[in-house]
Amino acid sequence: MNAPVLEKSLQQRLAIVDCDIHPDQKSPATLAAYMPERWREHAKTFGLRSRQGLVGQLTHPRMMANGRRADSFPPDGSPAGSDLGFMRKQHLDPNGVEVGMLVALGRNGMEEQNQDFATVLARAVNDWQIEEWVKPEPRLRAGIIVTQENPQEAVAEIERCAPNSSFRQVIISPRTTEPLGRRRYWPIFEAAERAGLPIGLHPAGASGGFPSTGSGWPTYYLQEHYSFETGMQGVLASLVFEGVFERFPKLRVCFIESGFTWVPAVCWRMDKHWERMRKEVPHLTRPPSEYVREHFWFATQPIEEPEHPHHLADMIGWIGWDRLVFSTDYPHWDFDDPRYTFKINLTERQRAMIFRENAKALYGLQ
Amino acid sequence: MARHVVAAVGDIKPGEKKLVTVKGREIGVFNVNGEFFALANRCPHAGGPMCEGYIVPLVAPGKPGEYKLTRNNEFIRCPWHGWEFEIRTGQSWCDPKDLKIRQFKVAVEPGQELVKGPYVAETFQVTVEADYVVIDL
Repeated sequence: MNAPVLEKSLQQRLAIVDCDIHPDQKSPATLAAYMPERWREHAKTFGLRSRQGLVGQLTHPRMMANGRRADSFPPDGSPAGSDLGFMRKQHLDPNGVEVGMLVALGRNGMEEQNQDFATVLARAVNDWQIEEWVKPEPRLRAGIIVTQENPQEAVAEIERCAPNSSFRQVIISPRTTEPLGRRRYWPIFEAAERAGLPIGLHPAGASGGFPSTGSGWPTYYLQEHYSFETGMQGVLASLVFEGVFERFPKLRVCFIESGFTWVPAVCWRMDKHWERMRKEVPHLTRPPSEYVREHFWFATQPIEEPEHPHHLADMIGWIGWDRLVFSTDYPHWDFDDPRYTFKINLTERQRAMIFRENAKALYGLQ
Repeated sequence: MARHVVAAVGDIKPGEKKLVTVKGREIGVFNVNGEFFALANRCPHAGGPMCEGYIVPLVAPGKPGEYKLTRNNEFIRCPWHGWEFEIRTGQSWCDPKDLKIRQFKVAVEPGQELVKGPYVAETFQVTVEADYVVIDL
């Protein structure tokens, strides 16, 4: 009886790096404090105009608490993830979060149609992360939100924020107007590489106005959630085949909440076809899988749950034990608890890599 | 093993639940159409605080596009990943063979019997007039 108890308490004591925490604003007014008067007026008069048909709501109703853990709303009823004290009490402290990476979805520059407003929103959300999260809670790190459809402003924002070492990645929407590897986005990659910051890609609620699957709008949220994986397969292939990593050999990319067991199969297929058709992409000097192995990291949540749990270890081995970084997605409904995420026995070394060391190396965390 | 008085019967109405702590264990006490059940406050899927979830009916299969709500108040849905469990048995709806919430023995006893002791009731005044929900642990 004693052995498992001991093992569990050891797991709990292992400090973790959580690569996906979603902070939220108490209300739309929260960000107004970080905007010039002219844009405060704009926000009040016009509100947000996101890159989808439905303003003020998600494309698919969530099955639970608007997509949040039902127990994650602070006692005063404010939005889940909007109260640092409650986040500490419910997540950072009990789950041993040594470093938490903020991924500020929702109101930000990624999804706003009005590009001038988007630039202001990105700046506001970046300053808000520092002032209201990172400064009062040094365990947290920010991600630079930029307007990927306006690369010039995105570069300016990266250059403004990067000198502050609390920003540890650049975050853009993976559902871009053109496939992400296209050259219009290269200035962003260049700036991120120059700053030494990885690009974090997290599927967001909106999808640039495009249906989230290749054959149109899905009916159910179940399908929408599954499209995170197929959508990201397209993003990965675009980045590889457009030659992004030949041009930016130091660029690193982290796929967050996008699954990972699909990666080996996609790599096998890309390699097989490259062997036969590589003349179409002469700018690639190596098999596609080698770019993936060298430039991509994958956050674990939502953890894949194969019928026979031990198959998970095989799949991680095919991707690389050094390429998985742990994430919880707090406070969203599909949160992974670090104590119960892996239903297989990891070696102490594997555990340390996935829960901490890989993320520290990727994000240069001290 | 001791008898722990955790609620007066009238405190938990049909379709309601109450989270109690017995010997350091968090336990959810449920009233399903007048019957009481007690389940551990830990989801066997991924450790979520089970009893903070929603009490729900079962959405039964029909033809595509048809929704039938059945067995009102008989299921609890985890606040994290939404796994549904039958309150009566603790069994998971999707994976009944492998996943089950731990159950505790629960009974309704008249105050008249209880006051003779022995029993544990830290937060209650047990009176002869009322009936009580009692967990054996």
